[in-house]
Amino acid sequence: MRESIKLIKVKEAIQADNDALAEALRNELRKRRIFLVNLMSSPGAGKTSLLLQTAAALNKSLRVAVIEADIDSAVDTERLADSGVMAVQLQTGGFCHLDVSMVRQGLDSLDIDALDLIFLENIGNLVCPAEFDTGAALDVMILSVPEGDDKPLKYPLMFSKCDALIVNKIDYLGTGLTDFSLDVLSDRVKKLNPDIILFPLSCRTGQGMQDWVNWLSEKIGTFADLFQDRFEK
Amino acid sequence: MHELPVTERILSIALRHAAQNEATKIFSITVKVGGLTDLRDTWLQHYFDYLSKDTIAEGAKLLIIKEKALLQCGKCKTQIATTKEDVQDLKCPQCHANQGFTILSGKEYFIEEMMAE
Repeated sequence: MRESIKLIKVKEAIQADNDALAEALRNELRKRRIFLVNLMSSPGAGKTSLLLQTAAALNKSLRVAVIEADIDSAVDTERLADSGVMAVQLQTGGFCHLDVSMVRQGLDSLDIDALDLIFLENIGNLVCPAEFDTGAALDVMILSVPEGDDKPLKYPLMFSKCDALIVNKIDYLGTGLTDFSLDVLSDRVKKLNPDIILFPLSCRTGQGMQDWVNWLSEKIGTFADLFQDRFEK
Repeated sequence: MHELPVTERILSIALRHAAQNEATKIFSITVKVGGLTDLRDTWLQHYFDYLSKDTIAEGAKLLIIKEKALLQCGKCKTQIATTKEDVQDLKCPQCHANQGFTILSGKEYFIEEMMAE
């Protein structure tokens, strides 16, 4: 080996910058009393449908907006805007996940001090969004019945980082169209995430929606209790 | 799937450390990758070759070390090293629990060291 060649100890994590920015954003939103929910799923699991119904259930008491990050399409933003939910479209340029700098872009285009609850509709895939902290207060994932109960085997990181798992399209269960088992799914998910809570529901029939909305309201309430001055009537 | 942004970060961190150490040429960069990540080594090198053109890191080899993930049994707190493939059939070797593990490590990308002059 040439004498001039040296070993440089780097010892640096690639996500360190993003992790630090995420923590800073979480603290900032907490101070500004804004609850940010990171919503992840594969394409077609029902993110936009869930958001429409959740926003409809909550927007009497809370001011709700959506930051939409699906790849280069404004279809979802239009669907949300048509039903009166404030939504901004992020131009993610084909990126496979959101990082904190992109979340900031979305927040900057909203009047966030006039909001209580912001949903981040993450890019539709189960790999990349699992590895990058967005700065959200809650991570929620949707899995739909047609995708199969084996997904935790393939994407363990995604299932391990979520506070709640919504199992959408349960109206498929018991139709003979699927051998999906909620019990099998639950066992597989809890292997690496014993604290996760599951909400089986159907955005189409509305079955199970109320449990999810109640849980989310409770989470927001606990968060808001820290800032009673704002929420006291 | 996100090899491109990860590679961008590797390059920028490597160039910063090279500058701090007054290096003029980077030969190799050793990256430790957590056992639960979904990273394809060949794409990492491919993107790196593209991004590092006309920098002092051009031609450098990425040495990827895939590390085992470290889990902890929720029942008896035993620490278990495993791979993504083995996670679902995992049983605690101590108390035989097959649920409720927490992830201690496995999703990191960590630049360990580099050879430069």
